[in-house]
Amino acid sequence: MSDVIIPEEQLQRTCLYDAHVALGAKMSPFAGFMMPIQYDGIAVEHNAVRQNVGMFDVSHMGEIFVEGPEAEAFINHIFTNDIRGYEPGKVLYGMMCYPDGGTVDDLLVYREFEPEHFLLVVNAANIDKDFAWIQDHAKGFKCKVENASPAWGQIALQGPKAEETLIKVLGYNEAAKLGFYEFCDVLYKGQRLILSRTGYTGEDGFEIYTTPANTVEIWNCFLKAGVQPCGLGCRDTLRFEAGLPLYGDELSQDISPVMAGLGMFCKFEKDFIGKEALLDQKAGNLTRKLVGIEIEDKAIPRAGYPVELDNETEVGVVTTGYHSISLDKSICFALVDKAYAALDTPLNIRIRKKVFPGKVVKKRFYQTNYKK
Amino acid sequence: MSKILEGIKYSESHEWVKVEGNIAVIGVSDFAQKEMGDITYVDMPDVDDEVTAGEEFGALESVKASSELISPVSGTVVEVNSDLEDTPEKVNEDAYGAWIIKVKMSDASELDNLLDAAGYKALIKE
Repeated sequence: MSDVIIPEEQLQRTCLYDAHVALGAKMSPFAGFMMPIQYDGIAVEHNAVRQNVGMFDVSHMGEIFVEGPEAEAFINHIFTNDIRGYEPGKVLYGMMCYPDGGTVDDLLVYREFEPEHFLLVVNAANIDKDFAWIQDHAKGFKCKVENASPAWGQIALQGPKAEETLIKVLGYNEAAKLGFYEFCDVLYKGQRLILSRTGYTGEDGFEIYTTPANTVEIWNCFLKAGVQPCGLGCRDTLRFEAGLPLYGDELSQDISPVMAGLGMFCKFEKDFIGKEALLDQKAGNLTRKLVGIEIEDKAIPRAGYPVELDNETEVGVVTTGYHSISLDKSICFALVDKAYAALDTPLNIRIRKKVFPGKVVKKRFYQTNYKK
Repeated sequence: MSKILEGIKYSESHEWVKVEGNIAVIGVSDFAQKEMGDITYVDMPDVDDEVTAGEEFGALESVKASSELISPVSGTVVEVNSDLEDTPEKVNEDAYGAWIIKVKMSDASELDNLLDAAGYKALIKE
């Protein structure tokens, strides 16, 4: 998470800011925006998404459009995943990397229905950095890059009842036909609405992109239909349980996709910025790897806590940790020396003055429930 | 409005102290539990551990945050409330009933540095 302190009057507000305040949300700065952390409690909101349906304001996310005859070649040059052969209506997850393999950002690439048009959805904290990076590297490619972030609002509707709720409230029967990581374009009040079967919770769900005014209307429709509003607090607990990284914690300029265990989103049969460094890391030339660790206690391993061996040698650091709401276990992601990254390796976590024994476990702590 | 009990002492870091002879019974205030939200874990010292006034003796954890517990007095821990290991939510339900540790004080004059109910009420400005 961003540690940069920005005075409140300089923080941006999403189109749903007033709606959050009206609901009595606990608001806090995040990624340069004033965002809702929770409305009714993290556990209540978390469980609503796991068992029923919840909605998040994710209007702070960035939307960058790339179009032109060389747009595909350009995106494939800066993107670790390979968009060739992906049809319109498909979404692909991957990263942009620095030449040394460090991560610029992780993002979604949408291949639009209009030929040679793509949408890149990036993290709110990185919009300016990403846009500058993309523009710089687009020189020499026949394509146009536009940061349209302020023109778009976004709601994530997530949970096992997301499809049923979406169709009941907004009437888009098309939603039922979308598979995971597919999208379609529909109209809301005559304006474009992107219905994307994606999310960041480990559950089925949709991300709904449209104008800020439409976003506010749709939010209110869902609210009237009884959908639980969910803040960034449970967004973090949900994504964490599902083994999903957060830029700034599990990915950064210093943490490459290969270190974070996201090598499957890097396609080495094509060229892209950072490929050589990532290949080298993949071949074993790296110092640290991201692992999951479970400890046998209710104490909570939090970001920054040291990971140690029995002899108190520090071999890593926690990046995110919780007492998992869905699993009732104390678990964390940690970056550890690669010699200690194998499953079942015993590792201790120092929590304040005490040391808690644990072991390396799979990072996907929670069995995800995506639509096939 | 947070509940404030008369007749006990408070620290500026939101612990309360109830004095029983030379024993200080220590917990956290209703204001503190409200600020923390749902408490999921109470990190407590062991019996016979030494605690020092103004220094950390444990922590409260909610889903999102961890908050240090600061000892209002110095002395030796004579009892810990092991009920809280399995039911940390008791701190939310009854902050003044859910004591955390009992300390045999080594210097009872440290109590003079603490706030009374009126002083604590002024501190939290509700």
